[in-house]
Order: sequence, then C-alpha cells, then structure tokens
Amino acid sequence: MNLLIHHFWELTITGLAIGAVYSLVALGYTLVYGVLRLINFAHGDVFMWGSMAAVWVLTAVNAHPAGLAGTVGYLLLATAAAVAVSSTIALLLELFAYRPLRRRNAPPLIALISAIGASYTLSELMGLRDKPFHWLGLDAQMQAYVGRPRENGVMPAFLTNGVVLHIGGYGVQKVDVIVLVGSIVMMVALDQFVRRSRLGRGIRAVAQDPEAAALMGVNRDRVIRITFFIGGAMAGVAGMLYLLKIGATRYNAGFILGVKAFTAAVLGGIGNLRGALLGGFVLGVAENYGSAIVGTQWKDVVAFVLLVVILLFRPTGLLGESLGKARA
Amino acid sequence: MRTLGSFVTRFRDRFSTLPKGTRLAVLVVLVMLVYLLPIINPPGLTTVDSDFASVLFSMAMYAIIAVGLNIVIGYAGLLDLGYVGFFAVGAFTVAVLGSAHGHIPWLLCVPAAIAVTMISGVLLGAPTLRVRGDYLAIVTLGFGEIIRLVLVNTSWLGGAAGISNLPTPPSVSLFSIPHLVWNGAVPLVDPTASSTFLKFSVTDATPYYWLALSVLLVILFLDWLMQNSRVGRSWEATREDEDAAELMGVPTFRFKLLAFAMGAAIGGLSGTLFAARQGFVNPDNFTIIYSSLFVAMVVVGGQGNRWGVVAAAALLIWLPERFRFLSDARYLLFGIALILLAVFRPQGLLPPRRRIRAIAADETEEVLEEGVTHA
Amino acid sequence: MPDADEGRRVPEQFAGGRMSRRRHPTPVLPPPSPHSSAPIDPTVDISVEDAAAPQGRMLEVDDVTLTFGGVTALDHVSFHINTGEILGLIGPNGAGKTTCFNVMTGVYQPTSGNVRFLGEPLKGRKRFEITRLGIARTFQNIRLFSNMTALENVMVGADAHHTTGIVGALLRSPKHRHEEAEGYERAQHLLAFMGLQRRSNELARNLPYGDQRRLEIARALATNPKLVCLDEPAAGFNPAEKAKLMDLIHEIRDQGYTVLLIEHDMKLVMGATDRIVVLEFGRKIAEGTPAEIQDNPAVIAAYLGVDEDAS
Repeated sequence: MNLLIHHFWELTITGLAIGAVYSLVALGYTLVYGVLRLINFAHGDVFMWGSMAAVWVLTAVNAHPAGLAGTVGYLLLATAAAVAVSSTIALLLELFAYRPLRRRNAPPLIALISAIGASYTLSELMGLRDKPFHWLGLDAQMQAYVGRPRENGVMPAFLTNGVVLHIGGYGVQKVDVIVLVGSIVMMVALDQFVRRSRLGRGIRAVAQDPEAAALMGVNRDRVIRITFFIGGAMAGVAGMLYLLKIGATRYNAGFILGVKAFTAAVLGGIGNLRGALLGGFVLGVAENYGSAIVGTQWKDVVAFVLLVVILLFRPTGLLGESLGKARA
Repeated sequence: MRTLGSFVTRFRDRFSTLPKGTRLAVLVVLVMLVYLLPIINPPGLTTVDSDFASVLFSMAMYAIIAVGLNIVIGYAGLLDLGYVGFFAVGAFTVAVLGSAHGHIPWLLCVPAAIAVTMISGVLLGAPTLRVRGDYLAIVTLGFGEIIRLVLVNTSWLGGAAGISNLPTPPSVSLFSIPHLVWNGAVPLVDPTASSTFLKFSVTDATPYYWLALSVLLVILFLDWLMQNSRVGRSWEATREDEDAAELMGVPTFRFKLLAFAMGAAIGGLSGTLFAARQGFVNPDNFTIIYSSLFVAMVVVGGQGNRWGVVAAAALLIWLPERFRFLSDARYLLFGIALILLAVFRPQGLLPPRRRIRAIAADETEEVLEEGVTHA
Repeated sequence: MPDADEGRRVPEQFAGGRMSRRRHPTPVLPPPSPHSSAPIDPTVDISVEDAAAPQGRMLEVDDVTLTFGGVTALDHVSFHINTGEILGLIGPNGAGKTTCFNVMTGVYQPTSGNVRFLGEPLKGRKRFEITRLGIARTFQNIRLFSNMTALENVMVGADAHHTTGIVGALLRSPKHRHEEAEGYERAQHLLAFMGLQRRSNELARNLPYGDQRRLEIARALATNPKLVCLDEPAAGFNPAEKAKLMDLIHEIRDQGYTVLLIEHDMKLVMGATDRIVVLEFGRKIAEGTPAEIQDNPAVIAAYLGVDEDAS
C-alpha cells in the first residue's frame, strides 16, 4: 500500500504507457470481433512479428543514439517495417486460416481452433526461423537476425533516457511520452476513419448486419480484408511501441500480450473501438496499482481477476458493444 | 482423411452385425493386446529414443484428459481453454497431501484430489458459466494461467521448484513378465527387461501404463453411462440451443456446472496419475500450451465421440515420440495441422456416428446450392 | 412401434408411474413401421395426465406492460385463457404477439403487471420452472436441437418432469431406468401422434421443414403441459397442410390440452379458434369470438394495410 502511495504517479504513467500498447492490440481484436464475431486468437502473434521486424530493421541500420532527426528517422523506419510485416501477416492469416472457414459457414468453435492453430504456427515459425538459413548455409551472415531464435530479440539502444517533465515528483521518461503520444494519435486516426470515411461506414454496416450490408452493395470480403489490414497495422505500431518500452521481444511474446489485449477489449466492451482504448488504459493502470499492493509477481493474476469481475458485473464491458448490434 | 473416417464407420457397422459372443471375444482379445503392448513392443509402433512404456503411459493419461474435456466441450459445448488448471490442481493435491504437508498414501490422495478439483471446477464455473460462450474461453484461459502463477509464487505449494518425493501407488510384487525384442519379424525374449506385476517404480513405466489404461477404461464406461441418460441429453440440448433447452424445462445452468465439475474431476484424476508416475511436480509441467493441446485432442478426435478423442490423444502424443526428428517442429506441425483440420475436416477425424449422416446431407445441399449460384 | 391397441392405453402409465417389467430397460429403437405413411395419426392417445382439470381460467395476463429502453412493446395488455379452449392471438406484424409469448414463458419479465398461471403468479420464476408448471411453447423460427435425433429432441421435453441426476445415471438407479423407459414411450407416442414415427432416428436438422414444425409441437407436448403455446405453427405451409395442422390442433385440445395459437392467416384463425385476442402496436384492440372479431371495425382497420399477409 505504501508503495502505491509513494509511487502513485510513476505507476500511473507507466501503467498508461503499457496500457496504450494493450489498447492498440485490443483494437485489432475488437475490429475483427465486431465484423466476424471471431476471437482472432493469433492476433497477439501478429503483434509479435511486428515487434520482431522492428528489431531486425533497427539492427540492420545499426541504430545508435543520434540527434533528434536521426531518432525520429529510426522510429519512423522501424514503425514502417513493423506495420508492413504485421499487416501482411494479418492478411495472410485471414486468407489461409479464416476465409476458407467462412466459405463453409463453419461454427465458431472451429474458427477458434483454426485461430489457435494459426497462433502456434506463427510463433513457432518465429521460434524456428534459424532453420531455413541453416540449410542454406547462411548461418554466419544472418546470425544477428536468426541466431538463438528462442531467445530475446533485443532492440539496439538508440533512444537515450531522459526526463521530459515532472508530474507529482515523478520524472516522466521520454519513452513514455513517445508511446503515449504515438498510440493516441493512431487511435484517434482510426476512430475518425471508422466514423467518417466510406470504408469505415462499410465496416460498421457489416458489423451491424452482414446480410443487409451485402444487399446494400457492401463487399463483405473486402471489408473483412480491410479490417484485418487495419488490425494488423495497429498491432505493428503496438509492436514497435512495446519494443521501445520493454526493450526486447521474443517468439512467444505474443501470447500473454494477446490475452491481455483481449482482456482490455472485453473490459471496454468488445466490438467497441473507444471501449478498447479505455479498456487498455484501465488494465495497464490497474495492473500497476495491483502489483504495487500485492507484489509484482501477481501482476497477471490481477489482470485476469479484473476481467472476471468486470464480466460478472458488466458482461458487455465498460462502454457496451457498439460496433455491432447487441446480440439477442 | 475422409477415407479414414468412412473406413472406420464401415468397420464399425460391419462389426456391429457380428454375433454378440464373437464381438465380446474380439473385444477381450483386443483389450488384452492393448494391455500387453509394452511387453510385446511391436516393431513400427515402438518408440526408439524414448521408453515405449512411458510413452504408452502418457498416451493413456492424455486420453483420460481428452475424455474429461470432451464432456465439457463435446457434450456441453463449453469451450474451456484452461483445462490444464484442473490437471495441475489434481497433481498438486497429491503433492501437498502426500509429500509437502503430509504422508497420506497415494490411493487416499486420489479421492481427495478428485474432490478438490471438482470443487475448484464449481468455484470457477459458478460465476463464469453465466457469461457468454466466447468470453468463457478467455476466462478459463485466465484461470489456467492463474493456477500456474499461484503455484510459482506460493512457497507453501513448493514455489517454482515444485514438490518432489511424491507417494507411489501401492505395489504388490507377484510375478515378473519378460519383455520381447524383435529381430526382424522374429520375437525374442529380452534378457535385459522385464516388468514385475505390480511393482510401481521409477525404472519401469509398464505398471503405470496398466494403471492408467484401467482408469481410462473405467472412465470411458462412466462416460457412456452419463451420456446415455437425462444428464447427457440435457448437456447436448444446452449445447444445441441454450434458450430452447431452458424453455423445454432443462435447468441449463445447473447442467453446465455439472459438466464443468465432471470434466474437472476427470482432469484432476489424470493429474494424480501424472504425479504418481513423475514422482515430482513443478509449475512448468502445467503451462498454458497444454490447454490448447487438450482442446486440439478433442477437436481432432471429433467433439462428442469418446473413441475419437481417445484415438486423437494417443496419436498426438505418439507421433512426435515415434518420429523424433519431428519433435523440434512438433508445435509448428501441430499448428498447421489444426488449421488444415479446421478448413478441410471441421467435424474432426472421427465425428460421432449419427453426425456423419447429417454432414453428408449438408454436403449434398452445399453442392446443390453452389450449383445454383454458379449457374 | 406400438400397435394401435397399446397406443390408446398411455395415460395410466403417465399417471400411475408404475411400469410393467417387460418394458425395455434401455431404449431400443424399433424398426421403422411400414404402416405409418399418414402424416398425422390422431388415433394415438396422448391426453394429459390431469384430464379432469377444473374448468375456469388457466392463464391470466393482467395489465402487463413491457418496455425496452424507450420502446413500449406491450402496453397494459390484459386477457385470459380458459381451460380447454383454443385462444387465437392475432395482430399485424410487430404487434407484440411473440413478445407476449415471451412474457408468458418467462423469457422477459414484465415491466409492470402480472401473469398468473392457475392462480400462481409467474413473476420471478425461472424459465424451466415455468415449463415444469405446465406451459410449453414452440418457436416462430424453428429452434430444435439440430444435432440430436427427433426422438432425443422429444425425450428432452419429456425430461422436464424427470429428476434423475448424475448419481442416478452413473448407478443406473431404478428411477433412471423407469424415467428412461417412460420418456422413451412418451416420445414414441408423440412422434406417432405427429406422424413422425419413421423419422425418430433422424437428426432434427435433416428433417424436411414441415416435419421440423411438427417435431417442435411434439417436443412441447412432451413436457406434459397444461397450456400449449404455438407460435405460427403453420408458417410456410400450403393450404392443405395448414388444414391438416388445424385438425391436429383440435385433436390436441380434445385430448385435454389448452391451446394458445399465434397465427397470421385470418381465415385459419377464424375457423380454428374458440376465442380471439387482437393486438396492435402492443395494445389489445379487441377480444371475442371469431364472429365478433370479424365484424369489429378496429380489427378491420388494423388489418386493412396487411391484406396480403392475411390472404
């Protein structure tokens, strides 16, 4: 308890920062769930591929502490790589693991099985990425990228530590500000896109009533592809920001982060974009407060207990389910 | 895969036309052969790099888990992604009562473990079974992870190191049976290996296999009794349409809770077998990855078909042990297999018999519909 | 397949609860009967346990209002159902007929007002408890247990009054065996009554549409109800099938059940019911015998716009 009071602002701000990452990943869950009524179990692994891509690119350009322009350049480059990889993976996932099922009107449980399978496949491909290079005899050249595939991929330290401002005695770190600002910009952009653009209207229409949307000339397959693409892109940004915050990633990092992000989506009301945002922040902060009270080792337990409690007392989440209709 | 399914169906149909006496005799011989597998060591089946009896024990133990989870997923239609939690609770009950905080013999630990897991099933189910189906998946996933974290962080439960020196089942050494080795197609008596009936020791897994197999057979019989009764019907009705079931007089919540409790109890029971064979338990034995393996067994086997899930459990354990070069890539292959299965054979390898007809009818319909749209 | 003689002696088994020893200990399905081509077999007796139910009001809907958010689905609706009658509940699309059903069967709790069944208020009762009290229903959009056989569907209904639990099932207790045999018999009789005996082993989802509708009625009757609520049972039927179904509904009433019928087809309702309640926009606008309803100006006005539906 003492810990909570003494480090209140630190816990709050770092909680918000990691919560922002949860929010971005949660957006992917929520979008896909809204449109397809499917828990895209493999979304956490999409995120992981993005964060790994960022590590590779930063390693390839040999990122090191540079001036403002250089740092921004690295950030943009790594983000672009993460977004490209994550959104590609998300589209492939939709193409191979989900679209064939949709064609057959498979029951939800089967779709979830396919999703679990895809999750294994994606994380294991990452965990076995040294194999093809080994067969090709490229071990030495690729060592920096595929060596020890089951260990942490560490980001080259190019961002110097630095306190930006003080809040209640806590010096807010540069990285926290970048993570928070970056994710909020992405979320606002997405929110406006879904609310105002033509494609966004299509997404909302399919979420509300796929059949009526189809009758009105909305191309459902296209909407679904776009949904996966956006979700993947958000996960890519999240992967990059996570890497900044934590400093490393690994082949199985997607699992627990995916579960947390899904928790955030459910907390806020799955299918609801603003709910995902709120859920992520609430979860990140609650985790920090909780672990300050009962000990860091119980952090994940705090997250799950929070999920159960919310589901019991408010089964549709904090903001309700608004992207799609409430199901009877 | 489809031909495998229809082959099994045809075999099953042909078999059911045989006279009762013949059928019984065939069954007895088959069961005897299965019991004697670690003695016979049939070439082709035998695993080269790991002890065959140990692998057989694992197959039987996972088959018990699959049958238990099949009640929850296959019959009642509740997607439980945290089943490993019950397995852990069962194993740790033995560890706590038999080693860490008491010296209760294994046989007495078993009913205690079943009771504890059943209670934990009810405790988990009572609040969560009211939430919507796809949320249940995530809540149970959380439960499985919470159990593991509690085990890691509680020194009373051994912490990360776990608990060792677990009690073994009571041994009665009556006689010993020599194992066979094969020289090509010629069976020879192996002078180096034999099993004592019934001596439970770390060095010989065969008695454990016999124990697990016997438990499996009993569980299968109990499962049959449950399914062919008001209980089984109520589970299936709840799975098919919860609202309609409720309006036909089925107290669906009570039956869902019951399915959870029964599934949990069987998971706990298999945990006690695991504890007995292993001799020690630690939280690493119960990571969440096992939960998806269990779910995969049920789905691959064909939800709702007890023999299907038993076969799938055995197969999913045996394949990577038999083909060791696969073991590095086993989870990758496993993931790909799940996707392929979901896409090409969503009903599982061996769906319940009566569902096969329905699927055939559906497929005809699909063909007809496609014919219309493409025309 | 029981022969015709045996078919008529059902009620005593249900009432007495004594089973003769020669009944199957576990259900063994009989071979399909060759003489079951008739779609409906009203010679099979399926009458209610409590055939001599007292005359009077079976169900009272008393000033029921139901609102969802700002929308009033039912607005101070009151009517009653007399024991042994067929009451028609009609109204244009969206008038609140199915909502009314849902209030009566416990799916929705009324915002205000009361529903009483045989004098007992239904408020706060769970849905399965209401079914056990004696109200059974079918659904407008068929909701069978699709991956279960026709027989199993009906047996689930028959289980409404069974109490075998997990222990009884595992020990194969006498109660389990008795209830299984009774449920099996009852289900077979109801399937025969609805003309479905040859379908008993087929999965519900594989049945033709009309058979699915009939199976829903059989399943509802299996719960041994006093009041049967049928939600557009003839939807999608051709005129000949509709006529046959109406005969069957009369037959059900004659066996001692009380029937509440939602139906769109005016002609059919006029011919088949004893009394009619008309809803429009969640309000009751008329109540009376078919003849009275036919001449009621409010009803005519309400239906003017929906002529096609009423054809």
